Amino acid sequence: MFGWLVWRDLILAWRRRADVLATLFFFVIVVSLFPLGIGPERETLKTIAPGVVWVAALLASMLSLGRMFGNDYQDGTLEQLLLTPQSTYLIVLGKTLAHWLVSELPLVMIAPVLGLQFGLSENSLVIIVLSLLVGTPVLSLVGSIGAALTLGLRAANVLVALLVLPLYIPVLIFGTGAVQASVNGTSPQAWLLLLAATVVLSLVFAPWATSAALKISVE
Amino acid sequence: MLEAINLSCVRGTRRLFQGLNFSATPGELIELRGENGSGKTSLLRILSGLAEPAEGEVRWQGKKIRSLGEEYSGAVAYLAHQNGVKDELTAIENLRIASGIAGNTLSKPEAQAILEQVGLSRQQNLPVRFLSAGQRRRVALARLLTSKATLWILDEVLTSLDDSAIKLSGRFIGDHLANGGIAIVATHQELNFAADRVQRINLSQ
Repeated sequence: MFGWLVWRDLILAWRRRADVLATLFFFVIVVSLFPLGIGPERETLKTIAPGVVWVAALLASMLSLGRMFGNDYQDGTLEQLLLTPQSTYLIVLGKTLAHWLVSELPLVMIAPVLGLQFGLSENSLVIIVLSLLVGTPVLSLVGSIGAALTLGLRAANVLVALLVLPLYIPVLIFGTGAVQASVNGTSPQAWLLLLAATVVLSLVFAPWATSAALKISVE
Repeated sequence: MLEAINLSCVRGTRRLFQGLNFSATPGELIELRGENGSGKTSLLRILSGLAEPAEGEVRWQGKKIRSLGEEYSGAVAYLAHQNGVKDELTAIENLRIASGIAGNTLSKPEAQAILEQVGLSRQQNLPVRFLSAGQRRRVALARLLTSKATLWILDEVLTSLDDSAIKLSGRFIGDHLANGGIAIVATHQELNFAADRVQRINLSQ
């Protein structure tokens, strides 16, 4: 059942791939604007790189949150999903996984190319990818709560940002901390472990909160 | 058996209905009538478990549906105003994915057979967005047929269906009742379904 749900969301994303690509290009453009705006000073660029990449990733993932449940809500398939004899926790988990695969994984893959613009070393590029790989599931998981709470509201996109961005702060701190550490030549391990801890924490609580929010929104 | 006990529903400041009691046994059709805004859809959503009543409770086989949770969802098929089909998917994909998620895997030939029953065999590989409103409703009907639910809750099932499809859905509901199912149908039209036992509930009174 879980497989069918993820498969469904992947097919849907493929058939509406323009939406997915738009988010990816947004990420690329935002990250690329900084070196252009700040100029080619290597040291400055190296210092801001972790923050820029991570903040752009947060904003890009914001953009895709509206799609997570929005389309299903509008055509009535969300109701049908909630009425299937499966736990809502699993349904939310499946949709979150699909969202991560479709909207976050491409950002992770393209990040090292963007990191090159900031003159980062090979080692730091690896850490960027690693920190995004560990951190972005939290963005999908925590974001799903905001997406579910704002279903069917006007100005939902702005509200999602207000609700969810503050909750992203720990991920931002740990993620940039890891990259910063590797830029400075120290070990990023502690930061990555902290990131992993937030993943575990949000894996336990976020789908549960999202299920409750979905039930309220559908009613 | 489905029992509604002392149900009431409040929307905003308006009380739509109160003290509503009825029960339905296998093979029984409940025809739900009422003016626009009398609370038909609200009642159906309460019965399906999507919404909570302001007072009262719904029981299935003697147990509260809240405590049954997913077990009750497996016994219910709800066809709402919205068809609940994905525009980007073809009719076959819609059926197979919906049943797959519900936990009953549907093979491609089985899905084709059901689409043939609702008269969509030529459109089975088209994305649903290319279909007309009536044809989409037929896809939603097909989804109903693939479910293994005992209790069918149908909201304005005949909307945008043509004469042949109306006859067809009447036959499906008749078959469902004959097999020991229960159907609750909200409608404005005359239903000429082959049902032995029909209970009429009018929310406007």
